Amino acid sequence: MRRSPIPSLSLSRNPSRISVVPWVVGLGLLLLVSIVCGVALGAAGVGWADVQRFLWAGFTGGTVHAGDVAAYTIVWEIRLPRVVLGAVVGAGLAAVGVAVQAMVRNALADPFVLGISSGAAVGANAVILLGAFAGLGVWALSLSAFVSALAAMVLVYSVARSAHGLTPLRLILTGTALAYGFEAVTTVMVFGAARGEAARSAMMWLLGSLGGATWAQVPLAAVTVAAGWAWLRWRAEALNALAMGDETSAALGVQPGRLRRELFLVSAAVTGTVVAVSGAIGFVGLMVPHVVRMLVGADHRRVLAVAPLVGAVLLVWADLLSRLLLAPAELPVGVITAVVGVPAFLLLMRRGGYAFGGR
Amino acid sequence: MRLDLEGVSVEAAGVRLVDDIRLAVDSGAFVGLVGPNGSGKSTLLRCVYRALSPAAGTIRLDGDDVHAMSPRAAARVLAALPQESSAEFDFTVAEVVDMGRLPHRDRTAAGDRSVCTDAMARTGVTHLAERGFLALSGGEKQRVLIARALAQQPKVLVLDEPTNHLDIAHQLDVLSLVRESGPTVLAALHDLNLAAAHCDRLYVIDGGRIVASGPPHDVLQPDLLAGVFGVRAHPVRHPETGAVQLLFDRLPLTTP
Repeated sequence: MRRSPIPSLSLSRNPSRISVVPWVVGLGLLLLVSIVCGVALGAAGVGWADVQRFLWAGFTGGTVHAGDVAAYTIVWEIRLPRVVLGAVVGAGLAAVGVAVQAMVRNALADPFVLGISSGAAVGANAVILLGAFAGLGVWALSLSAFVSALAAMVLVYSVARSAHGLTPLRLILTGTALAYGFEAVTTVMVFGAARGEAARSAMMWLLGSLGGATWAQVPLAAVTVAAGWAWLRWRAEALNALAMGDETSAALGVQPGRLRRELFLVSAAVTGTVVAVSGAIGFVGLMVPHVVRMLVGADHRRVLAVAPLVGAVLLVWADLLSRLLLAPAELPVGVITAVVGVPAFLLLMRRGGYAFGGR
Repeated sequence: MRLDLEGVSVEAAGVRLVDDIRLAVDSGAFVGLVGPNGSGKSTLLRCVYRALSPAAGTIRLDGDDVHAMSPRAAARVLAALPQESSAEFDFTVAEVVDMGRLPHRDRTAAGDRSVCTDAMARTGVTHLAERGFLALSGGEKQRVLIARALAQQPKVLVLDEPTNHLDIAHQLDVLSLVRESGPTVLAALHDLNLAAAHCDRLYVIDGGRIVASGPPHDVLQPDLLAGVFGVRAHPVRHPETGAVQLLFDRLPLTTP
């Protein structure tokens, strides 16, 4: 075989050469610090020392003074579940973003391109605006959002399916088209709602918010996200093959149709669960996968190890800012992820050296 | 390992694209599949590397039905170079080659690395290892994809137009590289002279059917080429090697 006459320039700044372990350890520590910051900072001033004491008491089952109960409640019952849920949601959106981009082989895809979140919004707003499922009490919102996410999933899946299985373009087109339909239903409900405050709640939900977080929501969301992530990480090599094309994938022993079906189910389940507790928080699922590829390369084994941590850290800080900027009022967290994320993303893109399919 | 296609037919939307194809590739042989655009070459090859299921017929590797094997077991003995050579994400060359190890079991990182290093050395892409696949030229991409196929350590290699988009030097490089690397090869080729020079045996496919087969110079006769490709062929001798080469003209328009 002829050799290239020009000696090759070996790129010194190649992300794929660096071990991924320092990233995981570093981001893991950063996440812990972020969680503590998220709990310590907020509209009601609680000192750092008190926060530490309350967290310690909460984890070890210790006692607090009667006079501290109000502050303890803020830390343990309001802020901590919110921050933990934020980390779980961020991790889930980032992992699903990676999965969906590989599934539809499109760098512009995000967890919401499948129309699942718009479907969930219909259910959530039926509760917020029309008072549906009032009998379910505090569970009404999450449950209704999740059930309608599942319904949307079944609908998108059955429409997108063809003789050739789930092809990328059909999935994107079906998801996007049905999302418009779901959004129209939601809009009709918002306009039809008599109460102004309800319309505001609906807006908040559409842009995403962790304001309603309770401990009760954490276990199911955490387990779903962890299980979804573990499955994706296990199939990471197959995702690499799928990203190279269906024929290549088949030749490497990975059935593209079957893998895409599995990816659809996992992505939809995680998206549905996450959206049910936090609304449609945009941008995390689109941006984090790209940022992570810029940092560690495109290999899904590496991307999936790092992306959930980046998503978690990002969302914990975005949620913190959403609480602090206009305190005591709150901004939708999706606004913050966009305001912080867009410039950071554009800067990284402009730094060069990052390529994807369209070049 | 030998490859046998027994009565393979493929249908899509009720149309028969490939009809009752019988084809045999002896162990270690290099067999070419030639035919005009749309004759069913790629469709047939897709069946062999399992991207398509045949409507009828069987594809056997040393007698075992490929479509009855598990996908990974089949990929351990049969590798392919499909026509697609794009990726949505910028994998490095080393990562692309490493994908060839995916179907193998009982892998170790060190073992994979030595197989991939060897495959990259054989295809002359070692110096590209850390480069992004998307930034490569067509010829470099093709060599990298061959390295990936070799990293699969296949007994049978299926190539779909492996010389597409390559300059003449790279065309010759790619085919001799594949030839030297050892596995049984079934390749769809456009360039009839290249096919004649590199293949032990040719099958000519037209309208989804095999219309001729045999040693290249028995098959590539002016009559057949006029009928199948619609061209007038003039066999001439290579001035140095004496090998028969074909020159082509348009067929004169026949008036009935």
